[in-house]
Amino acid sequence: MLYFLLRRLAYAAVLLLAVVSLNFLLIHISPGDPVETIAGSMGGLSEALRAQLRAQYGLDQPFLVQLGIYLNQVLHGDLGYSYFFNLPVADLIWQRVPATLLLVVTSVLAAFLTGTFLGTLAARRPNGPLSQGVTLLSIVGYSAPVFWMGIVLIILFASVLPIFPVSDMRSAGADESGWAGMLDVLHHLVLPAFTLAFVYLAQYSRLARASVMDALSADYIRTARAKGLSERRVLYKHALRNGVLPVVTMLGLQFGNVLAGAILVETVFNWPGLGRLAFDSVLRRDYPTLLGILLFASLLVVIMNQLTDLAYRLIDPRIKTA
Amino acid sequence: MRIRQAMVAAAASAALACSAWAAAADAPVRGGTLVIGSTQVPRHLNGAVQSGIATAMPSTQLFASPLRFDADWKPHPYLAESWDLSADGKTLTLKLRKNAVFHDGKPVTSADVAFSIMAIKKNHPFQTMLAPVEKVDTPDPLTAVVHMSQPHPAILLAMSPALMPILPKHIYDDGQDLKTHPRNSAGVVGSGPFTLKEFKPGQEAVLERFDKFFLPERPYLDRVVIKINPDATNLLIGLERGDIQVLPYMTDPTILRRAKEDKGIVMTDRGYEGIGALSWLAFNTARKPLDDARVRQAIAYATDKKFIVRALNAGFAKPASGPIIGTSPFAANGLPDYALNLKKAGQLLDEAGFKAGADGERMSLTIDYMPGSDVQGKNVAEYLRSQLKKIGIAVQVRASPDFPTWAKRIASHDFDMTTDIVFNWGDPVIGVHRTYLSSNIRDIIWTNTQSYRNPRVDELLEQAGRETDVEKRKALYGEFQKIVMTDLPIMFLTVIPYHTLSVQRVHGLPDGIWGLLSPLDETWIAK
Repeated sequence: MLYFLLRRLAYAAVLLLAVVSLNFLLIHISPGDPVETIAGSMGGLSEALRAQLRAQYGLDQPFLVQLGIYLNQVLHGDLGYSYFFNLPVADLIWQRVPATLLLVVTSVLAAFLTGTFLGTLAARRPNGPLSQGVTLLSIVGYSAPVFWMGIVLIILFASVLPIFPVSDMRSAGADESGWAGMLDVLHHLVLPAFTLAFVYLAQYSRLARASVMDALSADYIRTARAKGLSERRVLYKHALRNGVLPVVTMLGLQFGNVLAGAILVETVFNWPGLGRLAFDSVLRRDYPTLLGILLFASLLVVIMNQLTDLAYRLIDPRIKTA
Repeated sequence: MRIRQAMVAAAASAALACSAWAAAADAPVRGGTLVIGSTQVPRHLNGAVQSGIATAMPSTQLFASPLRFDADWKPHPYLAESWDLSADGKTLTLKLRKNAVFHDGKPVTSADVAFSIMAIKKNHPFQTMLAPVEKVDTPDPLTAVVHMSQPHPAILLAMSPALMPILPKHIYDDGQDLKTHPRNSAGVVGSGPFTLKEFKPGQEAVLERFDKFFLPERPYLDRVVIKINPDATNLLIGLERGDIQVLPYMTDPTILRRAKEDKGIVMTDRGYEGIGALSWLAFNTARKPLDDARVRQAIAYATDKKFIVRALNAGFAKPASGPIIGTSPFAANGLPDYALNLKKAGQLLDEAGFKAGADGERMSLTIDYMPGSDVQGKNVAEYLRSQLKKIGIAVQVRASPDFPTWAKRIASHDFDMTTDIVFNWGDPVIGVHRTYLSSNIRDIIWTNTQSYRNPRVDELLEQAGRETDVEKRKALYGEFQKIVMTDLPIMFLTVIPYHTLSVQRVHGLPDGIWGLLSPLDETWIAK
């Protein structure tokens, strides 16, 4: 068991290192560099100042040297300084983590619970009206681009029914502490979380419907029914518990893909999360910040994969360390 | 229920607003929070080492400067209660106020002024702004004397809040590089009307009233929040909902049209004279066939500026008539204007030896556009493509995915023509000379990337930069503008239609040439 764990950790470490190097390469391939952006934000920059900035950021070094310096830094737990904001990358990331976590955890959990529930209900009568409704809902949810959904909601809630704020996480100048501050954040969370959840919901409900239907046709369900268990018990205890495995896989994967899903929603709703920061950092060629975020995201994927494996074993005792 | 409550509340506040409007139209009220929405992301808050509107907006609230300027380009006392520019234009004496203190309680002295001027000279991206400054003497704690190697009339505008924040020497002169000083983003200390409460990079800056500000009773506001959102439409919704009170730097015709129809929104295009933002098409004069002035003139004759103003900008922009923004005291009248004339354009191309081939084509060129604003960039490029086809020039539009990509192309002179947005920044010495001096042909964005060379222009600019007599200086810039409009290294299109939108309750927004890049000490919100 310990050997297994160590081996996994070693794999993960090598994987992370490879990811970091690849990211580094990709970012440096894109045309233009951070000094260009900084010059842009300044309305021009003299040669001397540019040279000074380049030297300061190490951009005057050969690519491999830059990579070496960066890897060495990362191995020492230092993510460096943001070129654009001139602040430690770790600080910038930590500042944004809570917003992204709040958004993603809320929407993924909401989608997971409702999706599984709806899917299971639909699986009972695959041709009933409820099932048709769920199918329709998931087709809409799955095919409507998330930014489109967000914009439609903004239009709806900005002009027709102005009951939810359509951007930011807090009201400007409002008190941030205590219950009032929390309610303010929750109020702002409604639309972005709903937008993101809607997409996930489609996936979960389809998946749950299919796998529960599959489970319902299995022999042990017939046995369960034959020994006189109530339909409820059959559905939730036997069929769902078996059928939910793929959905959990999905959940694990999705938590890993935190950023991918969040970037669009965060951009549309000006939600101050990591996704927005990543997007802006690409535009600014802010290499250290972007690399830091990507590293953080990769780390998250690795951790979530391990946790998903763990969750399998809890849900289905048949699965042993493989 | 909620909706009904909201409606009742809205009706009640509307009624209140009306009565308050009548009662309080001229009597400023203390208190309140002003939320400013901005699409611009400041890197940090110290305008001494960072130019640009994003940083200048918070920086001018946090730091005071020696002078400030009204709508007629006239200087007024700010930190300096009086000043004197010597007759030879080489010495500027500033007399500081006695009661000015920094946010940490320490007095503002001439040593701080001397430190700041030299620090800005060393670190600020606008190198021409203070280039002739040699040293600053401090005969007593309230007198600073700026010595310059040559007459430098631009020194007065350089004393503006947006360009000359006075930093406390005891904090920023600690041996660290000022450009990366940690107190540019946190624990910022100045002597301006507001202190820094919190700065969240890329999100917001929260400023609070400074109780010991040197102007009595000011500022009126308790708090200023600068809220950042890259999406202008989202900001407008915020303004309509009342979450935001002021929206500066709005240019998009859709936004402006919607704001104009809204009776509750006050809209002005004043306050942008100082930055003087021009939209233009730059030619790479080092490349054939654009090295021939007749080709450039032909392109200008084929371009209908009225279409760009009326159709692309929905009438919100003003046409640009030359390299110096029309509202500047140095702008010349009666410059060649190249009104639409396709026939003349064709003749010029014929003269230059570019006869139409069998397919009607004379030449092919590429056009780049600056990403970020479709209206001033992509749409102009597409319009020119269809327009220039009429005179036999096949144009290929080259898109850049983002700003750094475009900047790289232009900086390395890898372009035929490109749209661009460039600021005058007050005095021509700061923002105009750089584009035309042959000594400034560099591999850097916003230099003379047009590779334009005219010895007479170099001479005129050099003289105008040091001419202390306003009328003579005007004449020099007048000749310069005529030459540029004939040589046409750049086709000037429009003045960027910057507008400030605000809700009606907001009064006393800065109305000088620098607009919102000025202290908000006279701004107040009606109850």
